Amino acid sequence: MAARLIHAVINGILGGGVYALMAVGLTLIFGVLDIINIAQGIMVILGAYLSYSLSVHLHLDLFLGLLITVPAMFVVGVAIQWLFIRPLRGRERTSMSLLASYAVAIIIEGLLYLAFGPNFVVLSAPYVTSGVHLLGFYIPYIYLYGFAMAVVLVAALYALLYRTRFGSSVRATMQDRTAAMLVGIDVRRVSALTYGVGVAVTAAGGMVFGATGGGFNPNSGYDLISRLLALIILGGLGSIGGALAASVLMLTLESIVDIWQPTWSVAVFYAALVIVLMVRPAGLLGRAAARSQ
Amino acid sequence: MTGPATAPAGRHGLLPGRAARAGLLAVVLAATAVFPLIFTNQLVGTIGVDTLIFVAAAVAWNIFSGYSGYLSLGHAVFFGSGAYVVGIAARDWQITGAAEFALLPLAAVTGALIAVPFGLVALRVRRHTFVVITIAIFFIFQLMAFNLSFTGGTTGLDAPFLLWSPLMINQRFYYMTLALALAAIGLSWLIRGSRFGLQLRAIRDDEDRAASLGVRATAVKLTAFVISAVITGLAGALWFFFIEQVLPQSGFDPIFDLTVALMAFLGGLGTVTGPIVGALVIAPAQQYLTSQVQNSYLSQILLGALFLAVVLLLPRGLVPTVAEKLALRRARLAGDREAER
Repeated sequence: MAARLIHAVINGILGGGVYALMAVGLTLIFGVLDIINIAQGIMVILGAYLSYSLSVHLHLDLFLGLLITVPAMFVVGVAIQWLFIRPLRGRERTSMSLLASYAVAIIIEGLLYLAFGPNFVVLSAPYVTSGVHLLGFYIPYIYLYGFAMAVVLVAALYALLYRTRFGSSVRATMQDRTAAMLVGIDVRRVSALTYGVGVAVTAAGGMVFGATGGGFNPNSGYDLISRLLALIILGGLGSIGGALAASVLMLTLESIVDIWQPTWSVAVFYAALVIVLMVRPAGLLGRAAARSQ
Repeated sequence: MTGPATAPAGRHGLLPGRAARAGLLAVVLAATAVFPLIFTNQLVGTIGVDTLIFVAAAVAWNIFSGYSGYLSLGHAVFFGSGAYVVGIAARDWQITGAAEFALLPLAAVTGALIAVPFGLVALRVRRHTFVVITIAIFFIFQLMAFNLSFTGGTTGLDAPFLLWSPLMINQRFYYMTLALALAAIGLSWLIRGSRFGLQLRAIRDDEDRAASLGVRATAVKLTAFVISAVITGLAGALWFFFIEQVLPQSGFDPIFDLTVALMAFLGGLGTVTGPIVGALVIAPAQQYLTSQVQNSYLSQILLGALFLAVVLLLPRGLVPTVAEKLALRRARLAGDREAER
C-alpha cells in the first residue's frame, strides 16, 4: 500500500510539472490581458497534433520538433490576440474576450476534426515506450524528460519575467495597465507578446501530454481546459506561484485518489475547487498576494 | 420593449406607436399560432420546435446572465438535468405514452434544487471566476451522467414512446414549447420592468455601489439564477421528450452553453427581445445546416466563426444597434423638418 502511495505521489509530481507549464501560460495571459483564455485547452491539443504531424511525416524527434512547434504556436497566439482579442473594447471587454476565445476554441476543434478525424492518436518515441526502475518503481523516460523540460521552461519563464526589461513591462502591466501606459510601456505590444508566450508553452506541454496520456483527439481540449481553469483559480488568478503549487498539489491528489477510484479521480479537481472557493474565494494564493511579488 | 436605454416609441412614424406596437404583437402572435397548421412539412416542424426550445432557453439565460452581467457557461447543467430527471423517473416508475408530460414539474423542481447550491457556491465569487466555476460544475455533471449507475451511462436514456403520428408530434410539441417560450418571454418582460429587474441591472452596472445602496446582491442574483434554471430545466425535459433520447454528451453539451450565450449576444444582451431575435436567427440556421451539411464539424466551425463575427462586429447585438440607428434617423428627420420651417 505504502509503495503504491509513493508511486502515486511520484506520478503526481511528474505530471504536475507538465500541467504547471500549461497553467502558467494561462494565468500569465489572465494577469496581463485580464481575459480567461478558454482556447488554452485546444491550443495544447493543437500543439500535440503539430508534434504528431512532425513525428509521423518528417520522422522528427519529439523534443527536436519543439524547436518548430513552440515558435509556431507563439505565432498562432500573437495572431489570435491581434485578430480577435485586441479589437474588443468597452465595458464588456472581459466577457466578450472570454466568449471570443471560446469561439476560437471551437473553430480550432472543428478544424482539427476535419484534419485528423475523431480517432485517438498517441505520440510515440523510443523513450515513451521504455523506462527506468527508480526506487523500485517503473517510470517511462518521457515522464522524467517531460518533467525536466517543464522545470527548465518554467524557470526560463521566471527569468524572463524577473530578469528582463520585457518581464518588467509585463509585471507592470499586470499591476496597473493605465500606470504602465503612463510610464511609456507599449501595453498593446506587451499584451500581444504575452499572449504569444502563454500559448507557446502549450506546444511543449501538449507534446508531453500527447506522449504520456492514453492518447488524445480534438475533443480532449474540453477536459484539459476545465482542469487548467480549476488549477489557476485554485492557485489564485494571475498568480504564477499559485498555478505551480496548485498543479503539483492537484495532480498528486488525483493520482492518489486514482488508486481507489479511477472513475472519479477527475472529480477531485472540481470538488477541491468548490471547497477551496467556499473558504477562500480568491484562491490559495489570491490576486493581491500574487501581484505584490 | 427594449427598455429605457433605447429611444422611446416615437411620434414621427419610424418607430411604431403604442397602438401600432400592440397590433404588430397581435399579428406576430397570430402568425406564430397558425404556423404549424400551414407548414406541415416534417423538417420545418422539427426546426420550429427546436427553435422554440432555444427561444425559451436563450430568454431564460438572459434573465440571469443578461440582466445581472454574470455570464453562465453552465446552463447545460439545468438543460441536461431536466432531461435526465424525467427520463429516469419515466423509466423507474414505468410511465408510458403521454403520461410522461405529468413529469414536467419534476424537471422544474430539479432545476431549482440544483440551482440553489450551484448558485450559492458559484455566486460567492466575482464575474471572471464565476464563468469558470460554471464551466467546472458543468463538467462535474457531464462526468456524473457518464458514470453514475442510474443515468444509463454512455448509452443514455430513451423517452417513453408516444402513440402519435409524426405530424401530431410536431404540432403538439410546437404548442407546448410555444407555451414555455411565451411564459419565459412574459416573465423576462415583467422582471425587466420590475424593482427586482432594476436591482439586477444595478448589480450589472456596479455591484459594490448597488450593495451599498441596500440591494441584497446575493439574494437577488440567486433568485434570478433559480428562475433561469427552472425554465431551462423545463426546456431540457421537453427537448428530451421530443427527440426521445438523451446521451451524456447531448444533454450536457458545451456547445449548448455557447449557443444560448451567442443567441443573447447576437440579439442584444440584457434586452427582452434580443435573445428571441438571436434564437430565431441561429436555431433554424443551425438546424438547417445540420440537415444539409452532413459534416457536423463544418457547422461547428461556422458557429464559431459566426460567434467571432458577432463579438467583433456587433458587440452590442442586433436589437440595440438597430434601435439606435432608427432613433438617429428619426432625430435627423426631425432636425430637417425643423430646418425647413
